[in-house]
Amino acid sequence: MPYSPMLVKPMREELTSIGVQELLTADQVDHWMNDKTGTAMLVINSVCGCAAGMARPGVREALGGEGKPDRVATVFAGQDLEATARARAHMPEIPPSSPSIAFFKEGELVYFLPRHRIEGRSATQVAADLANVFAEHRAVPA
Amino acid sequence: MGTFHQGKSDLHGITVVVETRGPELYVGRCDDVTERGVILNDADVHRDGDETPRAKYLERAARFGIWKKFDRIVIPNDVVTAIRRLGEMA
Repeated sequence: MPYSPMLVKPMREELTSIGVQELLTADQVDHWMNDKTGTAMLVINSVCGCAAGMARPGVREALGGEGKPDRVATVFAGQDLEATARARAHMPEIPPSSPSIAFFKEGELVYFLPRHRIEGRSATQVAADLANVFAEHRAVPA
Repeated sequence: MGTFHQGKSDLHGITVVVETRGPELYVGRCDDVTERGVILNDADVHRDGDETPRAKYLERAARFGIWKKFDRIVIPNDVVTAIRRLGEMA
């Protein structure tokens, strides 16, 4: 059962306030996922502070650095059920996990950070992981 | 921003691997460790003899996670031989 919208509002805003696009419907997810250009990062947000409490600030810290992806979006697991299910359907080989972070290059999933690799770590450690991914997949001018 | 889980084991909310004296190995999100046993949510089990060898199963679980078979399961303490964080195996 979804939590109160008032409760999750600050958790949404922790990402949307830095320009992360919120995907609320399956159609929005499809539209975002069907853009296969460049690099894209999808954050599957969640309420539980055990991991999401580090994932969100980790994403914020990473996006404040260099080489950030061309597009960044989020769905909220346990809240926006349809959008989250559709996002997971675009990654059928990956077990459901929230919070988690998926990174795509030219539409291909090239990195996935599941919940259990966020648990017990600091936001800075999560950000460092993401910064490494950004650097690895940064576009190189021809 | 924390949430609402006071009075639970230190492993509460952490995805763990539970090894047992038997052929089963469980992976799931620890809810609590109690006198009854280790309580896991959204758990999977691997059994010796499964098509995927244990090492390969754990390697994939550490990388991507698991497909849950149980919403909730209690593993009695007397069969538990070890509990490890899955995240430390990645």
